[in-house]
Amino acid sequence: MDLATAGLKTTDHDGIIRIDFIERNILDEANIQLIGEGLNHVVDAMDEPKLVICFENVEHLSSAALGVLITASNRVGSKGGQLRLSDINEQILEVFRITRLDQMFQIYDTSAEAMSAFS
Amino acid sequence: MAESPGHHDERRDSDSSRSGVVVLHDVRTELDSLQRAVVDGIRHAGYDEASTFAVRLALEEAVANAFRHGNGEDPEKVVTVEFKISDEKVWIAVEDEGCGFDPDAVPDPTEEANLEIPSGRGIMLMRAYMTDVSIVAPGNRVEMVFRPAG
Repeated sequence: MDLATAGLKTTDHDGIIRIDFIERNILDEANIQLIGEGLNHVVDAMDEPKLVICFENVEHLSSAALGVLITASNRVGSKGGQLRLSDINEQILEVFRITRLDQMFQIYDTSAEAMSAFS
Repeated sequence: MAESPGHHDERRDSDSSRSGVVVLHDVRTELDSLQRAVVDGIRHAGYDEASTFAVRLALEEAVANAFRHGNGEDPEKVVTVEFKISDEKVWIAVEDEGCGFDPDAVPDPTEEANLEIPSGRGIMLMRAYMTDVSIVAPGNRVEMVFRPAG
């Protein structure tokens, strides 16, 4: 699967995969299914996946995007791995708080903090 | 509704308000331009970025729910969106061609047992971000109002 088509970019940091969204409004209804497939593809390719999803470029997200993140988190968990989120702007963080998903996900201010927390 | 596919009927009024009726056939290809039209109207009326974020999110949730749950993703069914933007408020109505639903029967997604379920947060976000949300019986139409704080 071509991850760029799904709007995702991955970089490997000593076995920890950082995932970035290529476009700002990528988490909208038009793209969400492809993104979900892209995330599943990354998770399925790893044993005990260690993932950091970086929201640095993201200015908007919907409940469909939250659903995709929850599915990815459940999938990572079932493989004994860990998923962390980082660089979420205040408006989007509020969406996580309203839905109480800030308690379910491990959220860090920066991707560097999220990655160092794995060691 | 006798609108042609994807027909947009937007009217800009002289008092910096904007209104329109849009018939959507495909959420993936048509939602974006609707959101842009509404966001442009909101900005034109002088609302701040937090207000824009709120209305845009609620609109997306309502339209996505209408296609997914209301119309059951039946490509023969449409979703009709009406909006009116003025200096005082943003009013949006989203209507699908389904048989409706009981909003009280939707499980609370913030309950511990429901946190890991990937769906069911749309109505909650609409209610959190809009000033008023009404599900009109039999439940195939939602009307939402946003009034800026203060």
